Amino acid sequence: MSDLRDLYQQVILDHYRAPRNFGALEPVSACAEGYNPLCGDQIKIYLRTDGDRVDGVSFEGVGCAISTASASLMTEAVRGLERPQAEALIASFLALMTGDGEAGVDLGKLEVLSGVKDYPVRIKCATLAWHALRAALEGGDSEAVTTE
Amino acid sequence: MTAPAPLADGERPPAAGALDVERLRASFPILAREVHGHRLVYLDNAASAQRPEAVIEAVSDCYRTYYANAHRGVHALSERSTDEYEAARGKVARFVGASKSSEIVFTRGTTESLNLVAQSYARPLLGPGDEVLLTEMEHHSNIVPWQLVCEQTGARVRAAPITDDGDVDLDAFARMVNERTRVVALAHVSNALGTVNDVAAVARLVRDRSGAAVVVDGAQAVPHMKVDVSALDCDFYAFSGHKMYGPGGIGALWGRGKLLASMPPYHGGGAMITRVTFERTEYTVPPHRFEAGTPSIAPAIGLGVAIEFLESVGLDRIERHEHALLSHTVEVLNDLPWVRVLGQGAEAGSPRAAVVSLVVDGAHPHDVATILDEQGVAIRAGHHCAQPLMERLGVPATVRASFGLYNTHEEVDLLVSGLHEVRRIFG
Repeated sequence: MSDLRDLYQQVILDHYRAPRNFGALEPVSACAEGYNPLCGDQIKIYLRTDGDRVDGVSFEGVGCAISTASASLMTEAVRGLERPQAEALIASFLALMTGDGEAGVDLGKLEVLSGVKDYPVRIKCATLAWHALRAALEGGDSEAVTTE
Repeated sequence: MTAPAPLADGERPPAAGALDVERLRASFPILAREVHGHRLVYLDNAASAQRPEAVIEAVSDCYRTYYANAHRGVHALSERSTDEYEAARGKVARFVGASKSSEIVFTRGTTESLNLVAQSYARPLLGPGDEVLLTEMEHHSNIVPWQLVCEQTGARVRAAPITDDGDVDLDAFARMVNERTRVVALAHVSNALGTVNDVAAVARLVRDRSGAAVVVDGAQAVPHMKVDVSALDCDFYAFSGHKMYGPGGIGALWGRGKLLASMPPYHGGGAMITRVTFERTEYTVPPHRFEAGTPSIAPAIGLGVAIEFLESVGLDRIERHEHALLSHTVEVLNDLPWVRVLGQGAEAGSPRAAVVSLVVDGAHPHDVATILDEQGVAIRAGHHCAQPLMERLGVPATVRASFGLYNTHEEVDLLVSGLHEVRRIFG
């Protein structure tokens, strides 16, 4: 039996109530939208790169505590990373959520979201922003990525 | 078959005319199970209700003892299956006040029923400049079929506004009905707000202004109140078995006999023809014209038993019981300053059925749903397949508790204590 306290940790509630890097980014290198048709949650990721370096990431959208906190924590975690490191972080986070494969890099603060994997229907909430960031890194501005 | 269990020693019978909920609950096996260590509190009936033993048994009995294809064979099993299938059609017809069994078409559910009307009734009629009038509170299944047929014909979809309290704005609606309106389609009961639309008044208003057909999505009405299509004066009425304690995968469309008789088939195949050559096919009469292929025989029979179950309990008693649950819920929730109940009408006692949509300050509906689920309380969180309505109400999603005949006041209290837990975590 999982415990709600593992899911709704203070860090998650804090990032939900006061999301970091929330709002449009200007200037911006690429944007990507994520959409969860199951619940209607929508998120837009703004990515600014300087060469191969992630200079800044922000997001907009309305979502649940899990999706908002995950997006907020993500924007903090990827800032300043080189592109391959950012891609490795995305892969590791998705591996943590789905239980598929090894987390290749240390997820640090992102580990607070590990409780989500005990709530299978909520995993898509946590991964939405990460799929959108991956799309933005690949150039963005195509169709919205969906969780389905 | 549908008789309730006898009273146990010392058990008090309920007040005359009231529903004996505890005895009814005993006829729904799933209600005895636990979820996450708590007794299941099932408040997601608007999505799909649970089935009583009698329905489960009827479906099982069909497969165990007499199943064969209907309308096909001369052998004993086929004859029996055909008889039971057609008897179920008769029960459905009586249940909604249809004058003839042939006015009932079995479908997979409300969605297919509405698509059938859009394609077989509306498509041949519609042309550029014609209008299909909906309301802002419709379920996607009463929006998308009309958009599809409008794309095919050049007609357009319009949506009559609702008020902030969740009622159709009838004045605005009336102004939108004109000589180009070919179809008016609306929910009898809103799946997201529980609003009970005055279909008879809408039909009168439409008849005064246009020759439009009145198409009613009755999915959320039939389990909760007595429906009589002739009193409603509509032209088509669509509903699903699974929301009225029947099997999944079966539903029905009632249509006026003369309209059904004028309509081309929906699907082509076996059972809907009188004669086929490669040059030409003659179609059979309704309802079979609209039931191509082998039908869902056992589910249809199960639906007939669900109807007998509902009738044995009494729809008037069900309506009173559910209304008491709804009033209780709204009253308690209105006392919580951090809960906002949506669309319950401009005044207390506005016609509403079995559904409460709400939002909790500072907590997204999905988080509310997870926390309630941990306590065994099953509700729906999301847009309820009514995204235009969510946009109109200015919310991305809501928490929806929806009642069935087996829900209790104690379960309402468990819902409320679950919401207090949400508040404790998110407050």
